[in-house]
Amino acid sequence: MNSNDDIKLQQLKEYMQGFTKDPHAQSNLITVLHRAQELYGYLKQEVMEEIAYSLAVPTAKIWGVASFYHYFNLSPVGRHVISVCMGTACYVKGAGLLLERVRQKLNIDVGATSADGLFTLQEARCLGACGLAPVVMIDDRIYGKLSAEGVAAVLDSYANRYKNNKQQSVVRSK
Amino acid sequence: MKAKKMISIYINDVQYKVADGQTIMQAADALGFKIPRLCYHPKLSIEGACRVCIVQVEGQKNYTASCSFPVFENMRVHTNTKELRRARRDIVELILDNHPRDCHTCERDGVCELQRLAYAMGIRNRHFEGERKHYEKDLSSPSVIRDPDKCILCGRCVRLCSEIQKVNALGYAHRGFKTVVMPAFNKPFSESVCTTCGQCINVCPTASFVEKNNTQELFEKLDDPSLTKIVQVAPSVRAAIGEAFGLEAGKAMHKELVSALKKLGFDYIFDTQFAADLTIMEEASELLDRIQGNGRLPMITSCSSAWIKYLEHFYPQFLPNLSTCKSPMSMLGALIKSYFAKKLGCDPSRLLSVAVMCCTAKKHEANRPELAVEGLPAVDMVVTTREIAWMIKSAGIDMISAKGSDFDAPLGLSSGAGAIFGATGGVMEAAIRTAYELYTGETLLDIELQSLRGFSGIKEACFTMEDKEIRVAVAHGLGNAGKLMEIIKKEPDRYHFVEVMGCPGGCIGGGGQPYATANSIPLDEDFLKKRAEALYGIDRDKTIRRSHENPDVQRLYKEFLGRPLSTVSHGLLHTSYSKKQPQGIIAGGGNNEQQ
Repeated sequence: MNSNDDIKLQQLKEYMQGFTKDPHAQSNLITVLHRAQELYGYLKQEVMEEIAYSLAVPTAKIWGVASFYHYFNLSPVGRHVISVCMGTACYVKGAGLLLERVRQKLNIDVGATSADGLFTLQEARCLGACGLAPVVMIDDRIYGKLSAEGVAAVLDSYANRYKNNKQQSVVRSK
Repeated sequence: MKAKKMISIYINDVQYKVADGQTIMQAADALGFKIPRLCYHPKLSIEGACRVCIVQVEGQKNYTASCSFPVFENMRVHTNTKELRRARRDIVELILDNHPRDCHTCERDGVCELQRLAYAMGIRNRHFEGERKHYEKDLSSPSVIRDPDKCILCGRCVRLCSEIQKVNALGYAHRGFKTVVMPAFNKPFSESVCTTCGQCINVCPTASFVEKNNTQELFEKLDDPSLTKIVQVAPSVRAAIGEAFGLEAGKAMHKELVSALKKLGFDYIFDTQFAADLTIMEEASELLDRIQGNGRLPMITSCSSAWIKYLEHFYPQFLPNLSTCKSPMSMLGALIKSYFAKKLGCDPSRLLSVAVMCCTAKKHEANRPELAVEGLPAVDMVVTTREIAWMIKSAGIDMISAKGSDFDAPLGLSSGAGAIFGATGGVMEAAIRTAYELYTGETLLDIELQSLRGFSGIKEACFTMEDKEIRVAVAHGLGNAGKLMEIIKKEPDRYHFVEVMGCPGGCIGGGGQPYATANSIPLDEDFLKKRAEALYGIDRDKTIRRSHENPDVQRLYKEFLGRPLSTVSHGLLHTSYSKKQPQGIIAGGGNNEQQ
């Protein structure tokens, strides 16, 4: 791990400190996994092992939780995470077309990261913004009432931010 | 204790008085109903995953899983209606739908709970055809193969590994249709904390877990005329192998087994019990040595390979407490490749050293580099009780009615103390029989040490040898072993000597023993009791019941080893183990300080 990771690890350990004295430390597992993903962008094995020691939860169990929930990333993600809502309302309003357009534009499948490391594409089950259907979430911003061309334009606006500097290949975890 | 309140329930319109606070299934079991079931196991927590045990409770909208639903006053339960039978059949059929249709080529053909259940449910047609999962087998472990395709997600293995063994090598990963039982991070077994105990094999209702099968390889070696074939048999194999041939549990089969092994093509049949006696000579001497101030106490036994691997992962700080003695199997293997090779005037590389064990972890042990003798493995191949039973059947040998024979000299004679090694507490009992006499010079009159027998998780006892008080403890099953280590952490001086066996019941309950029969369940305590009784019976029938009185062991010391703990002994019969990665996590407990 590099020094940046050391700092993150330190932060995670401090965060967990609040739970380790708890007689039911293991019940904080999901909260801690959230924090870990916030810090690293995904759940790396070493980090899950660290959590295992601190909360006294076996790694097989942590792996079970981490792999169960869609929300948790098990491999490094791009700088921005795109979640196309495939909930019923969005789906009826054409989310499938949005997803297809994003796949085509970035030339990746669901779950993958674009070659330039900018975007990771995910499907989501209902983001709770059905009034704005169809909805796409990028990082923690919601874009509603999108058309296929609309979503392409949003992606362009993100990509343009990096046009003029050299930060092209930026996978968050590195 | 307050007596449980009795309530009245109706099963199939007949009124019964049952104790309150139990499930429908428990109440029904006691009344002679056997509601079909699959994921349920009385020693494990309630999962309610398979839905096979459904019953109809009047007033309930849906069918109820009887394993998890408590009885209540005036409850009216139906266990056997036309609709229920159909629903159960459909449930089992849906389970089969995502299960390979390969019964006749499956390892567990004929001894499969799912197969029995399908039969009992009367599945004679297949109505459903759906998507089927496919995953690669995990062949990485020398002991246990994991085949997710056969898994029906009953979760018995996961619960056993976390609740009884407390190893937590297995968990559910992913979800829905994609759920797979696997080690953490989808790592191969060989890179996990798996102790190779093989209990997952015993509790699995299908062939999702099986031992790594060495039978074909062994058949080939038996055909090789350039090899001298030598086999040793663990104590617990004789106590259980009859079950694989349909005999009632608890029949000691050593004589029959010896003659069957001869017919299979082995040249020499030796007894691991001989090496058990030898282990006692070395271990009792080591204990007395440590008590006199040379080495860490409590001394912990080192016969069980799953236990050693558990210690390496979970409690490496206790490795110095481990007796340096190799296991009886590895001691005998070492003698075969040295002492016996010399006696035969034969190059040890031309000897095939096979061990028939009740254990899957012994396959892992045989691969350990620290147990090699002059660069050669002490044991070339390990086959389980199940495997040897299959080989005997496959070779067309009548083991049951054949005339028995005795083990071969010079490594085949054993005392009664060597026999009881297979039951929990047996090593301790054997060691005390010898240590007492070595220390005091007097004869121990009452050698059946009842305080060390039986199946409570942790047994404690105290023995007085002249002025000295020896406090001992015995644990079986890795969960109990972990508990005992926590006690020792807090009170390092509580015991002098500790026996640990990795499997529930000791070796008699090993991961390589015959599968549960139609009328029993895996880990059935009645079966374990009968197997233990077979070993205690062997002990009672022997004239020589103390390891140090075994004349062939005495001869071995005179001719070859010198005395216990001699340089030759140390070179051949002792070893040491080291910490292993990944570090084991003690769930919810202790302090998992990083080591």
